[in-house]
Amino acid sequence: MTEEKALYNYLIRLGDNALILGQRLGEWCGHAHQLESDIALTNVALDQIGQARLLLSEAANLQGEGKSEDHLAFHRDEQDFRNNLLVEMENGDFGQTITRQFLFDVYQYHLLKAFCKSENDFLKAFAEKSIKEVTYHRSLSRDWMVRLGDGTENSHQKMQDAINLLWQYTGELFEMDESDEVLMEAGIVPDLSEIKSIWDKEVKTVIDEATLAIPDTRGFMATGARKKGEHTEYMGYILSEMQYLPRSMPDAKW
Amino acid sequence: MDEKKIYEILESVKDPEIPVLSIADLGILRNVEISEEGKLIVTITPTYSGCPAMDTIEKDILKALNSEGYDAEIKTSISPAWTTDWLTKKGRKNLEEYGIAPPAESTTDKSFLTGSHKELRCPQCKSTDTEMISHFGSTACKALYKCKDCLEPFDYFKCI
Ligand SMILES: [Zn+2]
Repeated sequence: MTEEKALYNYLIRLGDNALILGQRLGEWCGHAHQLESDIALTNVALDQIGQARLLLSEAANLQGEGKSEDHLAFHRDEQDFRNNLLVEMENGDFGQTITRQFLFDVYQYHLLKAFCKSENDFLKAFAEKSIKEVTYHRSLSRDWMVRLGDGTENSHQKMQDAINLLWQYTGELFEMDESDEVLMEAGIVPDLSEIKSIWDKEVKTVIDEATLAIPDTRGFMATGARKKGEHTEYMGYILSEMQYLPRSMPDAKW
Repeated sequence: MDEKKIYEILESVKDPEIPVLSIADLGILRNVEISEEGKLIVTITPTYSGCPAMDTIEKDILKALNSEGYDAEIKTSISPAWTTDWLTKKGRKNLEEYGIAPPAESTTDKSFLTGSHKELRCPQCKSTDTEMISHFGSTACKALYKCKDCLEPFDYFKCI
């Protein structure tokens, strides 16, 4: 595999994570339990969409077929998306959304921190910009994990249920393939097993503080689904909502 | 190139969400140069990756320059990443008068991460007895605060 092809794959993977998570968080617009949370979740969504635009534009440039970020976002089918299953999981209640966000924020933060030392100019610049945003996301989700976990009996139970549900999708975040190997060799991306040990430690500290427990289903869903373009049943619904307009009216302009 | 004239034109382009801030005061105007064909190349940088005002700002810059007879092109650069340290003194003053508290610390001071903020002054009554309501406000670049003296909520231009 050439370095260029590996980088394209990697950018698509990062871009799809940001795009699908942004789309999911956007579903909260107008529905959260208080105005501040509504605004916070949609701010995080906006940051993710912004990051997705940068990543998919760069991927489209690299591809060199004259396609745009919009083409990649709106005109690819489900099996061509390479996001992690975690980000397509349902919002559920506020606690479930926060748990999904927390597990992903810690991952994204440390990944970006590693990209700040990348040999690739784009990835480095992208990370130096995005990490400022993700720092705020991580602080928001961490605060809510502790507040709800170490809250009432009811909120504690809901958070524990959310962790029990989502934990099985976290193993996949650290799966590596040939693209990782090629890019690691060139000093462009980090070894995800190193990110994993940092992630494990930080996530455990917060979950402990939140008086919650880590279930022992680790890595259950880490089956290489992403590599094959396999998704959960939710993905089709997300895409049909996100892609409907540009596909039915391909020439629509603002 | 008439630098003073071009600067005056660019100074007239404001952030559409905070109309008291020019793009220069906001620190998003990074560079102006002339291409070989005599075109002005204006480089700007987004505040946040998803800042929805960027498209409008680009159009406003082109409109302002074109109407004064300059042929221009906009380039967007994300590196070096925008920081609130680039807000000018004038920009900070205008923000406060407009009712938005300017960033209280520089990004080299990491106290904003631990929540131990420096004194933040209410833009309405100038009291420093204020508290944060939310890290996230009405736009990506602002947090939400409350003044415990005059009880008014206010926006804080958060430090990144
Ligand atoms: Zn006040």
